Amino acid sequence: MMETIWFMLVAVMIAVYVVLDGFDLGAGIVQLLIARTDSERRQVLRTIGPVWDGNEVWLLAGGGTLYFAFPALYASSFSGFYLPLMMVLWLLILRGISIEFRNHIDSVVWKPFWDVVFGGASALLAIFFGAALGNVVRGVPVDDANEFFLPLWTNFGTGREVGILDWYTVLIAVAAFATLMVHGALWVSLKTEDELEQRARKVALAGWWSLLPLTVAITWCSFAIQPRLSQSFAARPWGYVFPLLAVSGLIGMRAMHRRDLAPFLCSSLFIVGMLTSAAFGLFPYVLPSNLDPRLGLTVYNAAAAPYGLKVGLVWFIPGMLLTTCYFVYTYRSFAGKVSLEEER
Amino acid sequence: MDALTIHRLHFAFTVTFHYIFPQLTMGLALLLVVLKTMALRTGDEHYNRAARFWARIFAINFAMGVVTGIPMEFQFGTNWSRFSKSAGGVIGQTLAMEGVFSFFLESSFLGLFLFGEKKLGPKRHWVAGFLVFLGAWLSGFFIVATDAWMQHPVGYALGPHGDIMLSSFWALMLNPWLFWQYLHNMIGAVVTGAFVMAAVGAFYLLVKRHEQYGRTFVRVGVIAGMASTVLMLFPTGDQQGKNIAFYQPVTLAAMEGLFATEQGAPLALIGQPDVDKRRLDNPIEVPRALSFLTYQRWKAEIKGLDAFPPDRWPDNIPLLYFSYHIMVGLGTIFVAVMLLSAIELWRGRLFAQRKLLWLLMLSVPFPYIANTAGWITAEVGRQPWLIYGLMRTPAGVSPHVSAGNALFTLIGFMGMYTVLAMLFLLLVQHEIEHGPEPA
Repeated sequence: MMETIWFMLVAVMIAVYVVLDGFDLGAGIVQLLIARTDSERRQVLRTIGPVWDGNEVWLLAGGGTLYFAFPALYASSFSGFYLPLMMVLWLLILRGISIEFRNHIDSVVWKPFWDVVFGGASALLAIFFGAALGNVVRGVPVDDANEFFLPLWTNFGTGREVGILDWYTVLIAVAAFATLMVHGALWVSLKTEDELEQRARKVALAGWWSLLPLTVAITWCSFAIQPRLSQSFAARPWGYVFPLLAVSGLIGMRAMHRRDLAPFLCSSLFIVGMLTSAAFGLFPYVLPSNLDPRLGLTVYNAAAAPYGLKVGLVWFIPGMLLTTCYFVYTYRSFAGKVSLEEER
Repeated sequence: MDALTIHRLHFAFTVTFHYIFPQLTMGLALLLVVLKTMALRTGDEHYNRAARFWARIFAINFAMGVVTGIPMEFQFGTNWSRFSKSAGGVIGQTLAMEGVFSFFLESSFLGLFLFGEKKLGPKRHWVAGFLVFLGAWLSGFFIVATDAWMQHPVGYALGPHGDIMLSSFWALMLNPWLFWQYLHNMIGAVVTGAFVMAAVGAFYLLVKRHEQYGRTFVRVGVIAGMASTVLMLFPTGDQQGKNIAFYQPVTLAAMEGLFATEQGAPLALIGQPDVDKRRLDNPIEVPRALSFLTYQRWKAEIKGLDAFPPDRWPDNIPLLYFSYHIMVGLGTIFVAVMLLSAIELWRGRLFAQRKLLWLLMLSVPFPYIANTAGWITAEVGRQPWLIYGLMRTPAGVSPHVSAGNALFTLIGFMGMYTVLAMLFLLLVQHEIEHGPEPA
């Protein structure tokens, strides 16, 4: 029971991370496409400037929570995905310094350089996170000591000798990139005005048309590659609510695309629906093995001892309530469209 | 190099570089609250401009601290997976609490503090600054709590497969090692903040620019520096030493270069430990001082390294010895520098004492060195254990991450951090050059 509660809490934290930092990453990608002058770039960056760091904390706090609730999963997956994780760290470093450092020096070589670094790092992060999700769904060669190590790629097939990148995980990565690009474009259109807003809307609409076939493709391939998914949905049909969320989000994005907040919320719903569908489909597995269906990490064999999990709830719930207050307060303080006049 | 050595270097390198930044932000956060308080109480815009200037320096350091801090949490899993798997149920608590209680607080209110001064108004802006300070100091607490548990594990039980389970949350939070180590560490951060602020102020006075601000910075820096450097030695450093003597006597012997057990043991000020011949070369010692400092008795017995089996000795005694001596030596010099400056400040002559201003300005690297040396003392002193008395360092490493893969990422971090260091210096120099006056 405790294991399941913590599984849900960690899943929620990861989903919140992807929704919140997802729009930062998306804004970074979109900035390269729609902002033509320095002032336009600054406007895009200002939509995320006060919040990106707080959004990224969800990754850290989610990682910390994963560490404490499922130490075996944390240990196994972080060491098994060693190389791509290190690259994610480098990309997070580049992204963080590029947005923080760009405005300190006013020069025509300094700012555009960091804008490209920011956009590139954001795009690669979206792709890496997608590939990571693909790996979890496909399964990794977890042995009977619950350990593994994956190279970056082998033969790009999904057999036993897999790498991080194969055709399936690359497909998920492309879908993640498109999802976050649309998500970011919708955020930017929500927070900016005039021409910039119109261009962001165009990117979002074009992105949506790529999202539609990608969603169909990744759904079909995921069910083909990971038999657990169809087993889970067959065993517990109430779980269809999760894919339903994703579908309604996807439809809502298009149906309400002229509105301000609604399409962004629909895009968030789409992301949450896709992630929870995957989590529900794999449960109780958190890292299946592609070698043998009996191996792999589950919420039960990866969880910490019961006492720690119980104590954790006592501080976690008030802590997250506080956090929710901070976020509501921060987002309300920076509510509305950004303008360039109120630079500090 | 074998994989274990590379994994150790990997953590040592990334954590040493990382800690350059939080030690300033934790100390500076307190001084920013001081400046904002002065602004609120006097209503003088001068202090607000001073605070904005330091907030810009803070922001650069904070960004560096965040981006170099994320790899620290990840490396527990990537490079030390066996350790994480066994001990995650315990130290995962403190690390997760850091995320939930301090990172969210710090990051939310830093955004407001940096971007929202106009919207918030003076009082709420002060509160935002205070919450950034609170978040930073809570973060320090949870990290030191994690380290304190590795130095002195408490509140745990061993499971059937050798996994370490939490058995008492309050034992973890009230670890006897934690209290003094936390205070010692945080006051060390204030020392760095104070020296940096005083040094920038001294620079402005020496080059005769922004002199009004220079005087404020020197005054705040010297007063904070006077208080913190004294507190560093006594009681926090003293009590931390006693903790080591009580819980890790073999570490104390190695730190002091004491190879043979003695009644009335001397305190070595200078000397080079020769581990093979088991003696201290070229020693300059204060007779019986170590016994007195540890037990307040001149003839108390201090156990030397000979009292312990060599497989329990820290595995790099010279490094431990030197880092400890550098920390203590610098700490003592800091008291002298700050005392001298404080006396001159009190007499109203400091701002005209160019030699003393030069000294303050040039002191700036040394608190960084002292804080780093302190952490090397703590971590090398814990060896050969990863969790003291419970898990040896080689047992904690990730078994499937090869030397080649680890070296690849270590080289990557070295390259990345070299670039970061250059950018950091460039930007800080740019801000200092620009100064506190609005553009």
